Amino acid sequence: MKIANRVALAAAVFSSFALTLAPVEALLAKDSIKIGSFLAVTGGASFLGDPELKTLQLYVEQINAAGGVNGKQLELVHYDTAGDAKKAVNFVKRLIKKDEVDIIIGGSTSGTSMAVIPTVEEEKIPFISLAGAVSIIEPVKPWVFKVPHTDRMAAERIFADMNQRGISKIALISGDGGFGKSGREQSLLLAPKHGIEVVIDESYGAKDTDVTAQLSKIRGSSAEAILNFGFGTGPAIVTKNVRQLGIDLPLYQSHGVASKTYIELSGDAAEGVRLPAAALLVADKLDDKDPQKLVLVDYISKYENKYGSAVSTFGGHAYDALMIAVAAMQRAGSADKAKVRDEIEKTKGFMGTAGVFNMTPTDHMGLTVDAFKMLEIKGGDWSIIN
Amino acid sequence: MWDQLPQLLITGVTIGATYALVALGFAIIYNASDVVNFAQGEFVMIGAMSTVFLSGNSGLPLPLAVLLAVGLTILVGMALQRFAIARSRGATVVAMIIITIGASIFLRGVALVVWGKEIKQLPHFFSESPIVLGSATLLPQNLVVMIGALLLVLAVHYFFQHTRSGKAVLACSYNRTAAALMGINVGMMMLIAYALSAFLGAVAGILIAPIAYTSYDAGVMLGLKGFSAAILGGMGSPMGAVAGGVLLGLIESLSAGYISSGYKDAIGFLILLLVLFFRPGGIFGKTSAERV
Repeated sequence: MKIANRVALAAAVFSSFALTLAPVEALLAKDSIKIGSFLAVTGGASFLGDPELKTLQLYVEQINAAGGVNGKQLELVHYDTAGDAKKAVNFVKRLIKKDEVDIIIGGSTSGTSMAVIPTVEEEKIPFISLAGAVSIIEPVKPWVFKVPHTDRMAAERIFADMNQRGISKIALISGDGGFGKSGREQSLLLAPKHGIEVVIDESYGAKDTDVTAQLSKIRGSSAEAILNFGFGTGPAIVTKNVRQLGIDLPLYQSHGVASKTYIELSGDAAEGVRLPAAALLVADKLDDKDPQKLVLVDYISKYENKYGSAVSTFGGHAYDALMIAVAAMQRAGSADKAKVRDEIEKTKGFMGTAGVFNMTPTDHMGLTVDAFKMLEIKGGDWSIIN
Repeated sequence: MWDQLPQLLITGVTIGATYALVALGFAIIYNASDVVNFAQGEFVMIGAMSTVFLSGNSGLPLPLAVLLAVGLTILVGMALQRFAIARSRGATVVAMIIITIGASIFLRGVALVVWGKEIKQLPHFFSESPIVLGSATLLPQNLVVMIGALLLVLAVHYFFQHTRSGKAVLACSYNRTAAALMGINVGMMMLIAYALSAFLGAVAGILIAPIAYTSYDAGVMLGLKGFSAAILGGMGSPMGAVAGGVLLGLIESLSAGYISSGYKDAIGFLILLLVLFFRPGGIFGKTSAERV
C-alpha cells in the first residue's frame, strides 16, 4: 500500500511538472527552428559521429550568436545511435513526432541512413545524410539528400589516374568490412568502363595482422597495379607487406585512409602511394586563388580553436549539410518543410568543404568527381597531383 | 602455383606464432582454474598500449617502458583475479567465464577512455628491411615473435614441470580441496596463474605491436584467434597452444593463398570444428577422464 501511494504521489508530482513545462516548450518552439540529428557518436563508427556532432554544435552556436536564421534561433536536438540502424529508426520517429523538428541532418553510417529513408519519405521531412553509399540517393528519393563523396567517385578518380598512367590490369584487395565491400563492388562495376581489367580479387579481415599470403598471390599475377579499399589497420599492413615482399607495382589506396595516421603507421612504405581525398586534407597546399581554400581554412581554424583536436573530412560533411540547410531556409524565408525541400534541391554553386554542390531534381548530392583531389605521398606528406 | 608455397608457409608460421603467444595465456589460466579467461586478449592490448604511451608520451626509453607496461599488465591480471574471480568463489565455472567476458568489456572501455581510439604502433626492435629466403621474405620482427613464442613456451613448460610453484598450480587444477589439504595456498597459486598469464599476454602484445599495430579494441580478434588456437591444440597444454597457433596460422595462410582469402577464417573455424568432433580434447589435449 505504502509503495503504491508513493508511486502515485511521484506520478502526480511528475505530471504537474510536465504540465507546467509544456506551455514553455510550446512557446520556445514558435521562436526557434529545430534541427534534428541522429549520429553515431559512440561505438565503432564514433570517428564519424563525434566530429559531426561537434561541428553541428559549433556552427549552431555561431549562427545563433549572429542572429539565427530568418530571425529565429536554431535549436539542435540530437540522439546517439551508436551506429545501430534500429535505434536510428526509433530516434528519427521521435525527432519527427515528439520533438517536431523542421529538418533532419544525420546518419553517420550508410546503414543508419538507409534504415530511416522509409520513415523520412512517409513523414515528408527534408533529410540530409552524412553517409557515403550511392544507394542513399540512387534512385532519387524526393526528401533525401546527401553531402559526402561516394565510393563510386573515389573509384572513378582512381581509374582515371590509372588510365593516364597506362595501367590496364589491376589487382584488387579489399577489407571485409562495409566500406571495403562497397568499394570492391563499385570498383568491379566501374573498371570495365575505364578499360581496366581486375585480374585478381582478394580480401582480408579487418583485424588481420598479415596479408602476405594474398599479396604473394598478387605477385604471381599479371597485375600492373594494386588497389586497396579499406580503413583502419588493414591498409597500413597491406602497404607494409607490399614493400616487404618487394612488389614494386604502383599501390593505390582509397579515401578510407585519407588521414595522417595512415602515413604515420605505414612509414617509409607509404612513399609513392596514391589516393583520392577530399580537399580538406590538403587545404594548406591549395592555390590561394582556389575559392575552396577560404571555406576550408575558416572551418579548420574554427574547429581546431574550439576543440583542440584535428579536423576530419567527416566533420566537414556536417558543416556542408548544415550550411546547405540554412541557406535553403533563408531562400525559402521559412522553415516550411516542402519549401525547404524545394530550395535544397535548387542548391547551386554552394562551396562546401567537400567541393562545389550543384543539386538538381535528379542529383541529390551535387558533387562531381573533381571534388576528389588525387594525392601522392612524398617525403611523409601529401602532395597534389595535377 | 607452387612458387608461392614458401611464402605462404612462412606467412602461416609468422601469423601462427602470434596466435600461439596469445593461446599460451589461455592455457595457463585454464590449467590453474578451469576458467577460460576471455580477458586474455585485453592483457595483450594493455601490454602493447601502455608501452606505446609510456615510451611515446612520457618519453621513457623503450626497455623501461616495456618493463613498466608488463608490470602494469600483471597488476591488472592480479586485480582481476583478486577482485572479480576470487570474490565469486563457489560460483560455477560458467559464471566465472562470464565474469571474464565482463572484465574484458570493462578493460576495453577503460582503455578507450584513457588512451583514445587511435591506432598506435611500436617501432620494430631491429631493422625493417626484410630477410629474403629464396622466393620468400620475412621481417626480423617476425623472427622476434617466433623466437619469443618458443622461449616463452619452454619457460612455461619448465615452470609447470620443474618448479614447486608450478607443480602447486597444477595440483590446484587437479583437485583444489586436496591441494589445500596438502598445505598449498590455493589463493596464492591462482594469483600466480593470473599474473603469469597477464605477463604472457603483455609480452605477446609488445612483440606483435610493431607488425600488427594496436588499438583499444585490438584484443578482441587476437583473443578470439588465440582461444581457437588453444582449443585446437588442446586446452591447458602449453605445447598444444603453440602447435594449435601455428596450425591455425598455416590453415589461414594456405587457404588464403590456394582457396579464397574471403573464406580463410571460415576454413580455419571449420577445421577447428572437425578437430573437436573427432578429438574433443584438442590435438594435444588430455582426455577428460584424466582431469577428474
